[in-house]
Amino acid sequence: MSRFPLLLAIIVTTLGSLAGPAMAQSIDEKVNQIFASSTGWFVNFIFSPFPGTSFPWIVAWLVVAATIFTVYFGVIQFRAIPHSIALVKGDYSDPDDAGEVSHFQALATALSGTVGLGNIAGVAVAVGIGGPGATFWMILAGLMGMASKFTECTLGVKYRNEFADGHVSGGPMYYLTKGFAERSLPGGRFLAIMFSIFCILGALGGGNMFQSNQAHAQITNVVGDYPGWITGVIFAGIVFAVIVGGLQSIAKVTEKIVPFMGILYVVTALVILLVNYDKIGWAFGQIFGGAFTGLGVAGGMVGALIQGFKRAAFSNEAGVGSAAIAHSAVRTKEPITEGFVSLLEPFIDTVVICTMTALVIIITGQLMVDPNTGLYLLDEAGSAIQTVDGNSGVALTSAAFSQTFGWFKYVLALAVVLFAFSTMISWSYYGLKAWTYLFGEGKSKELTFKVIFCIFVVIGAAASLGPVIDFSDAAIFSMAVVNIIGLYFLMPVVKRELESYLTRLKSGEIKRYKS
Amino acid sequence: MSGKFVVAYDGSPASRRALDFAADRAAAQSTTLVVVHVLEWSPYSFLTPTEIEERHVRRRQELERAEKALMAPVVEELSSKGITIETVIKYGHISDTLCEVVKDKGATQMFVGRDGHGALSARVFGSVAGSLVQIAPVPCTIVP
Repeated sequence: MSRFPLLLAIIVTTLGSLAGPAMAQSIDEKVNQIFASSTGWFVNFIFSPFPGTSFPWIVAWLVVAATIFTVYFGVIQFRAIPHSIALVKGDYSDPDDAGEVSHFQALATALSGTVGLGNIAGVAVAVGIGGPGATFWMILAGLMGMASKFTECTLGVKYRNEFADGHVSGGPMYYLTKGFAERSLPGGRFLAIMFSIFCILGALGGGNMFQSNQAHAQITNVVGDYPGWITGVIFAGIVFAVIVGGLQSIAKVTEKIVPFMGILYVVTALVILLVNYDKIGWAFGQIFGGAFTGLGVAGGMVGALIQGFKRAAFSNEAGVGSAAIAHSAVRTKEPITEGFVSLLEPFIDTVVICTMTALVIIITGQLMVDPNTGLYLLDEAGSAIQTVDGNSGVALTSAAFSQTFGWFKYVLALAVVLFAFSTMISWSYYGLKAWTYLFGEGKSKELTFKVIFCIFVVIGAAASLGPVIDFSDAAIFSMAVVNIIGLYFLMPVVKRELESYLTRLKSGEIKRYKS
Repeated sequence: MSGKFVVAYDGSPASRRALDFAADRAAAQSTTLVVVHVLEWSPYSFLTPTEIEERHVRRRQELERAEKALMAPVVEELSSKGITIETVIKYGHISDTLCEVVKDKGATQMFVGRDGHGALSARVFGSVAGSLVQIAPVPCTIVP
């Protein structure tokens, strides 16, 4: 404990002295430049389109996987919902297991890692570039993604590692290794290592830099412009206190406030929709119309589809494998029950919360339409839709919500900061698990990762949206590449579990404790 | 011999008074005294990822500590006085869990202490004695 304030002080003073007030802005730009030039190749590779088209192969990869799982498990995402809810309510939990992690707790913690800026800023990016039609594809991707989540979280619990002292570690790296070995398939260890590397990059990218970047954007939106590294250093300090200093109380407070923020966000969105109830029909018209025609957005229908799928995947992380890490610690005798519970995640995250954001942006008329043609007006670069005040990302969402409630931008700023923080805490955990899988468990090894994580908080806040968001996406999607290969090979295992469980549920062997 | 008696015990002075009071009654009626310790727990609380990972270990430690530090001395002390003792350690909402134990054990009376906080704090934080008055399935003695 005693060395942590010292370390913190060193980091803060080093970064502070690097950037005197006069130099601050140029530091931002420098970080930006280094960032863009050093990660550009990686981003280009991940998002390269199929030859001769503008359709990135990675988006197809996720959609095809979600479709295959949906068909293979016989639209499990719709059949299982009543049972999923019963599990979350604890109807099937043995009262003697009280005091262990409940299904509800595992779901809530996993959700607080996924519900965050993707739902607020990511959706604004999707709608800003892909138009209202992107919302349709986003919802569809959310519904399909439920099957991917079901598959990966079941495997996460089934193949987790239980250590002698009773703590558990699970996730794709474990089911890739153990599951492949069990089925005598080669390459499991290689895939697990690749996954871990990408998971660390994803933790530093989407789970960290994107979060601090957008939090900074939202704070400047409220208090006025100032250099990003200041927000970065403050955030890094708090994250450091929690993950290195063990100040779980900060994390605990956040974990308690975040769900209420989420509810407040949805309720406010609902109120705005009610106030503008006469435009709801029109908004859905725009969503469906835009989904198939594009309504003039860059890339047309395919542009809308790509944006929708991309943002859905980034927000709910289905197929990425991160949720499998979060869910694997639950106490259950049946791994499949955690699959049932986890499939609610993309539904809450994408189908409910992301759709709310999109509807509010559309209904409040943030996107500029050409009155003559009814098509959307593009900005000068021709890559995004013109908005009323030229906003994009989180500022666009903020403008949309503030149009009805002027005070909402302050609530949103607080929500963004808290969401960003809770997502960082979750991802620092995912990254750490991947790190310890690669390098082994141990105090100094863990500290190294945690310090790197905090440094990236600062970089994220200082770099401009472009390079950060691109790198975030690329890192998260790379996890999905490896994870989904594993899921294809291991999905028969899940099917066996599912069939056996459903049979025993029918016969009454699986007991319901509460009715 | 009358049915079993249940007493709630958490090591606090108030619960100690209830324990002594119940032990006297149990000895007088030569019935079994069930000493219950409930660890406050809600399956709907929020945990951080690290807490989730450590939960299983923590639970085991908490149970061991309750068994050793709390229950063992009581069992030894009361058994030496010739009282038949059973112990129960459970996680859950305190008053609900106490009532469940009463039903499971087929007890005929229950005893709890009260710490005598004012009406305001009871209103804000809830009071075990207060809610047992409403929900106890058997006669419940509140020991001041």
